Amino acid sequence: MPADFNWAIGGEAGDGIDSTGKIFAQALSRAGRHVFTSKDFASRIRGGYTAYKVRTSVSQVQSVVDRLDVLIALTQRTIDENLDELHEGSVIIYDGDRTTMADVEIPDEVIGLDVPLKGLAEEAGGAIMRNVVALGAACAVSDFPLENLDSALEKRFGDKGSAIVENNMTAAQKGRDYVLENYDHEYGYDLECTDENYVLLNGDEAIGMGAIAGGCRFYAGYPITPATNVMEYLTGRIERYGGHVVQAEDELSAINMALGAARAGARSMTATSGPGIDLMTETFGLVATSETPLVICNVMRSGPSTGMPTKQEQGDLNAMLYGGHGEVPRFVLAPTTIAECFHKTVEAFNLAEKYQIPVYLTADLSLAVTEQTYPPEEFDMDAVEIERGKVVDEETVGEWQDEEGRFKPHAITEDGISPRAFPGTEGGVHMSTGLEHDELGRRTEETGMRVDQVDKRTRKVETAKEREPFEAREFGDPDAETLVVSWGSNEGAMTEAIEYLDEEGIDVRFLSVPYIFPRPDLTEAIEDAETVIVVECNATGQFADLIEHDALTRVTRVNKYDGVRFNADELAERIGAILADDTEVAA
Amino acid sequence: MSSNVRFTDFKSDAQPTWCPGCGDFGTMNGMMKALAETGNSPDETFVVAGIGCSGKIGTYMRSYALHGVHGRALPVGAGVKLANPDIEVMVAGGDGDGYSIGAGHFVHAVRRNIDMTYVVMDNRIYGLTKGQASPTSREDFETSTTPEGPQQPPVNPLALAFAASGTFIAQSFSTDAQRHAEIVKEAVEHDGFGFVNVFSPCVTFNDVDTYDYFRDSIVDLAETDHDPTDYEDARSRILDPGTEYQGILYREEDSVPYEESHGVDADMTDIPDGAPEDATDLVREFY
Repeated sequence: MPADFNWAIGGEAGDGIDSTGKIFAQALSRAGRHVFTSKDFASRIRGGYTAYKVRTSVSQVQSVVDRLDVLIALTQRTIDENLDELHEGSVIIYDGDRTTMADVEIPDEVIGLDVPLKGLAEEAGGAIMRNVVALGAACAVSDFPLENLDSALEKRFGDKGSAIVENNMTAAQKGRDYVLENYDHEYGYDLECTDENYVLLNGDEAIGMGAIAGGCRFYAGYPITPATNVMEYLTGRIERYGGHVVQAEDELSAINMALGAARAGARSMTATSGPGIDLMTETFGLVATSETPLVICNVMRSGPSTGMPTKQEQGDLNAMLYGGHGEVPRFVLAPTTIAECFHKTVEAFNLAEKYQIPVYLTADLSLAVTEQTYPPEEFDMDAVEIERGKVVDEETVGEWQDEEGRFKPHAITEDGISPRAFPGTEGGVHMSTGLEHDELGRRTEETGMRVDQVDKRTRKVETAKEREPFEAREFGDPDAETLVVSWGSNEGAMTEAIEYLDEEGIDVRFLSVPYIFPRPDLTEAIEDAETVIVVECNATGQFADLIEHDALTRVTRVNKYDGVRFNADELAERIGAILADDTEVAA
Repeated sequence: MSSNVRFTDFKSDAQPTWCPGCGDFGTMNGMMKALAETGNSPDETFVVAGIGCSGKIGTYMRSYALHGVHGRALPVGAGVKLANPDIEVMVAGGDGDGYSIGAGHFVHAVRRNIDMTYVVMDNRIYGLTKGQASPTSREDFETSTTPEGPQQPPVNPLALAFAASGTFIAQSFSTDAQRHAEIVKEAVEHDGFGFVNVFSPCVTFNDVDTYDYFRDSIVDLAETDHDPTDYEDARSRILDPGTEYQGILYREEDSVPYEESHGVDADMTDIPDGAPEDATDLVREFY
């Protein structure tokens, strides 16, 4: 694998860190390089510090590593925070004219490039462009053609007029020229360009795009980090396809609006994060027992309560699986990559309508806010198929009426799935309710019908298990003695960790599970393995509990709940340590 | 839209379990008449109800309907209407559903001004739970949970709607069948959010706000010189808690419903069996 290159910009909130990082990532993508970005790494010191990290290579990258080659430091603290990741030959670009950076301490063996970012930006047209000057300087260090950066600046500032774009290009040029004219280090970086065309997007955007592709036309939501981007993506886009986004007064309203739209017959969704899931749980049982198809997207963040709103965690699994009083089935899907956020969203809408069931679609923060490059073919719109399930029209509605011509929205059927009539369908008039009901949707407390309706709803899950390929994604060596199981965003880091472990002579089989409920039966794989390790970003091992329950066994748990995603090298190290301990015990 | 719909077409075959004499019978009859007289049919009507005695209305009427969770009927109605603007949406609730647990939604539904109708059966008591104070109960109204009375002033729902820039604010009395049906009909016909607070007496648990009380105290605006399009006139009456008005207190003549201001006119239920034709444009944006 050709060497990767790791770059970051750090400073204080309000320094334009995110948008600068995104411009550099875009430039790399436009140069035909793969990119993986990260902005969720935590401060080692205190809050207020923010950074954006880019890892790039000509081959696909899907995780972050603990190494930095070029760092744009707007504050001394940026350097302090990243000391562990800097190495001999790393480059720090900073502005020595900034009063706070006048006495900056550049670590030994690290190359410090003092560039008058603000001064050069002012020459180009305004101090606000100082970060772009820094990007130009970074291009000089990494031998990266400036035209790619120009192209990204055009994309970012194009709608603000050509003067702004040109000023920014001048700023970048000045940064680059300054480094070339004033320093003559051998940096040794060479960011090769290719002819590939990649798209660069994050998980929230992939979910939004998947929703439109998958026929979603109605979205109601209440802004919440880190799910807001789904709503922002859809706003202004879904309208082009005849859809609409409503910002509701709260999450209670959002899910009820989405429920109403779904009852009307639209593909409908809402997205939120943990605190919103708590509120939506009130209505969840109604959605499920009225057998309304609805996609509820939960972009997980660290809990409980307000928790750490901008930090990574996979702590809501139990809330989604068991949330709400009473017993009623629901599906839970957890895409494992950014591309899968797109595919699983399309699938979630199909599952919701085919089985007339609420579907939790859950991404975690790392997946949601990370940008990654893909070949555009990965998002093949021609491959999208929409299956609406048992929807009746005026011609077929008669098959589902009782002898008095009344429609049966909760008809007891062999596969558990009842017919669905949209309002406006003549002959399909019916009521649905959160009360236990008979086939017509009328309230009942009759013991036989109660049992029949519970069984019918449960039977939908059995039907789905028979009809749908709820499979795990497999990586590594299928015959390895060590089995690693994980879910959600850990897949990227884990697939790379497999390579590191391989270099140490450790073979691993890795199953990445995107279906939490219904989920694939891993019993055979578990029985075949000597050691089973379950990796997840929470403290208690909620997914490990499920695996132990399914396979009637005990597993080794690798948990992380400090608010930071797993890195590939960190995962390889922890798995290696477990296997070494096992060997010791065996010896 | 069928032209020969009778109001009984909106009646289901379920036997109401409301107490004999309950105001909700009259409230419901008026709703059915208003729907029929505005040319709606059960096939193209969606009724949403919440929880409480009022919540049962979806069962007794015949139309597409959802009997939802407590206090959240208005957002459900909004979702139905926006997903398919051809459907007539009527939301029904009680004073607990609308002004207590659902008060937050009420205010925002009013200011959103989606073209739908909201009928509140206000009996100033919690009937289904056997007689506790509601947000519209009198300050000294003694109940099992408020032995000394709530000792806090009742909510003025008309004022809440007015403060939230309501475009149609009305009040009726369930037993005055003709006036009640007329008022609900005007709410249905209004371009925007038509709100009607209906005095719908509870004969079992409320011995203060009774039929007799309302008969004796109601002032029908039709018999006054009230101009519902006059903002100041509306304000002085809405903020007068001492008088039980019947009629349209306020109507904004140039009300623009949400659907119109937001360009929501498509039937969202009709989608292709694949991604939209030009969906690849969405991918290109990410280059």
